[in-house]
Amino acid sequence: MSSMPEKNYLTEKRGLKSWLLTLDHKRIGVMYLIGISISFALGGIFALLIRLELLNPGRDIVGAQTYNQLFTLHGAVMIFLFIIPGIPAALGNFVLPLMLGAKDVAFPRLNLASWYIYVFGALLAVVSIFTGSVDTGWTFYTPYSTQTSGAVVTMTLAAFILGFSSIFTGLNFIVTIHKLRAPGMTWFKMPLFVWSLYATAIIQVLATPVLGITLVLLILERVLGMGIFDPAMGGDPVLFQHFFWFYSHPAVYIMILPAMGIISELISTFSHKRIFGYRAIAFSSFGIAFISFLVWGHHMFTSGQSELASMIFSFLTFFVAIPSGIKVFNWLATLYKGSISLDTPMLYALSFLFLFAIGGLTGMFLATTATDIHLHDTYFVVAHFHYVMFGGTVIAFLGGLHFWWPKIWGRMYNENWAKISALLVFVGFNVTFISQFIMGIKGMPRRYYTYLDQYHRMHGFSTIGSWIMGLGFFIMVVYLVHSIYKGRPAGSNPWGSLTMEWETTSPPPTENFAGDMKLTHGPYDYDKIVPRTD
Amino acid sequence: MDTTGTLLMPPAGSTIAGEVDAIFNLILYVSIFFFILIVGLAAFFVFKYRRRGEPGLTSGVDHNIKLELLWTIVPSIIVVMFFVVGFRLFLKMNIVPANAIEIKVTAQRWMWTFDYPDGANSVNTMVVPVNQPVKALLSSTDVIHSFFVPDFRIKMDVLPNRYTVAWFEAVRIGEYNLFCAEYCGKGHSEMLGKIKVVSEDDYKEWLEESFKVDESMPLEEYGESLYRSRACNTCHTTDGSGSVGPTFKGIYGHQVILSDLKTVTVDENYIRESILDPRAKVVAGFQPVMPTYQGRLRDREIDALIAYLKSLKE
Repeated sequence: MSSMPEKNYLTEKRGLKSWLLTLDHKRIGVMYLIGISISFALGGIFALLIRLELLNPGRDIVGAQTYNQLFTLHGAVMIFLFIIPGIPAALGNFVLPLMLGAKDVAFPRLNLASWYIYVFGALLAVVSIFTGSVDTGWTFYTPYSTQTSGAVVTMTLAAFILGFSSIFTGLNFIVTIHKLRAPGMTWFKMPLFVWSLYATAIIQVLATPVLGITLVLLILERVLGMGIFDPAMGGDPVLFQHFFWFYSHPAVYIMILPAMGIISELISTFSHKRIFGYRAIAFSSFGIAFISFLVWGHHMFTSGQSELASMIFSFLTFFVAIPSGIKVFNWLATLYKGSISLDTPMLYALSFLFLFAIGGLTGMFLATTATDIHLHDTYFVVAHFHYVMFGGTVIAFLGGLHFWWPKIWGRMYNENWAKISALLVFVGFNVTFISQFIMGIKGMPRRYYTYLDQYHRMHGFSTIGSWIMGLGFFIMVVYLVHSIYKGRPAGSNPWGSLTMEWETTSPPPTENFAGDMKLTHGPYDYDKIVPRTD
Repeated sequence: MDTTGTLLMPPAGSTIAGEVDAIFNLILYVSIFFFILIVGLAAFFVFKYRRRGEPGLTSGVDHNIKLELLWTIVPSIIVVMFFVVGFRLFLKMNIVPANAIEIKVTAQRWMWTFDYPDGANSVNTMVVPVNQPVKALLSSTDVIHSFFVPDFRIKMDVLPNRYTVAWFEAVRIGEYNLFCAEYCGKGHSEMLGKIKVVSEDDYKEWLEESFKVDESMPLEEYGESLYRSRACNTCHTTDGSGSVGPTFKGIYGHQVILSDLKTVTVDENYIRESILDPRAKVVAGFQPVMPTYQGRLRDREIDALIAYLKSLKE
């Protein structure tokens, strides 16, 4: 029976000040984790309210104006406050230096600064909710966003500021990966999660400024009346869509790439097997990152852009599918002849395979121009997006959270409750969104406060699904919080994994490792070493 | 019951709908195959290679060129095929046949207005002849909307600064839903219209009828039908409940406070002015979003609406 280490990063210094002024990447990771968890809860409550309102046509709990604000806030909070910083800034911050055998990230102060910028941006977003709120949708399409009343400037300013937090994290990770790898850790001995964070960081640094500039232009138009996007002032509203998606499409890969990195770690660890196609997985992240900059126009097949533009964007979009498919097949091949255990993180990895397959395959219908015309801006797109973003990113995030939870806190959660919760989330998610695929195909447009009777039954299913998911998350909060105080000590390597973060105590000491680290084996050498579980 | 369309797709009401559905089904079947392959293999491996007792060393095979080429090249060929068949149909969906009749469609918050070639117009109901290509020339007077007819498988954004085009050829007589598919604010989900597909003869008759002023119907009753056909009901209720605009119930003869805090009595002249120049005197608490009906309503129709409002006493 293992016990908790006497001295660790959680206990070495105490008091609020020691947290707020910390430069330790692990503490900053935990503070990010708290920030994004609050944001996720907030966005989740908005989602439950949206689904409740849509239980019946017409008014159930709120009016049209409030409903429009709710779906805007759900999107804005989930995207800008949860899912973009989610994996890199919270889990990445905590485990990246540990995986590299480093003592910290390259720029610890920049790391803390990015957290404060995040908190400031988040508070500004909350302020916008109480100062008129926003009803533009998270996409802020012009000229609606130029003309509507409400706190559009505050919200866009918040998104602008949050962008800097993202850029800082990206820069920090790039330098850390280049400079702070333990002796012996060559590029191709790095864990795949590190590769995915690297590809993500490049997109963060290159794409986020474009969003920043776009949002500033929108603010200038609203505040100073400069005609950039609003045709009433001589602007072009479709230009905004080009600018917006030039960031926001690559941003989708900021969200999904680190998730894929986590899945590689989980599948290898819980199959106790060398990852199949290491280089193919690593390079496919860069393939996806590169193509992601060239496909933004697939959001605009019905916008009136030229047929030639639609042709090129459709063609390129299909080629995002290939590297994504390669990853899926590599994960399957890793399972083959493994020694597979079904601990909670692995359940999440398997549910990722199931849900991401649906999310990816339904993307085919949208990349195909002829079928996209019918499906665009319907619930089909809403469901596709959620299968990729929730079924992909959030499920992988939860898998990673359960995987590294014992490392972060030194204690185990209740495995049975964790499995029940994972099952509820999986079932609830499918009930919620499969019904949305069906009504989308039948023509139900998105962002509708009320709807025709023919869609009533599917909306009913969808709402019931949201309650099942809500219950799953409620249980998760209870057993996770409980485990921090009462969980049994985890030991340094509870899953028997070969990556470096498991070679130190749980929780790790402030300086991460006792002494300097040197690479003694590759991250996936399950054919050479039987890892000790303790 | 309409048996066209597919299990998932809505009924097929236009010439291209069947072709769109065929491509949809092709992608669907290929997707189902790959989904079963992925999930099936995962489930099989998880069962077959589940951990029994303490784990030992496992296989170190980490690549297989033939297998990797297979799962790169086969999906590549499939997606190129999707691209080609999809884009060929997309071009057809974008090239308007030469014999199409042109109907001007104006979108504004939150209604659709249709102007026909010989000067007739209608609100929220687009009347078109069956088996005749129709070109909808789209523009918006405010924000972006989108012209979406699920049964015809067409959708095109409606922009404020330029014209866009959608075309269709309806294959069956009937009524089809028209949705606004681009979020446009409070009344977005109620910006509903109908495409009414009629026979060639009925279409001609409808065009002629629309030039006659209906003298036979009592004004009040006529006003009530206009209240619906001209889409007043999208924003104004008659039961006293609030909506985008003030309710019509009991409004006639009462004083209302305007947004500049002046008061005005709702009489015939105020109603007429509010129909023709709606933003001149806006009731306090409401947004100045009503579109003008200048040129869309004849004098007798305005008279009828005034008579209808008078009848809605508290």
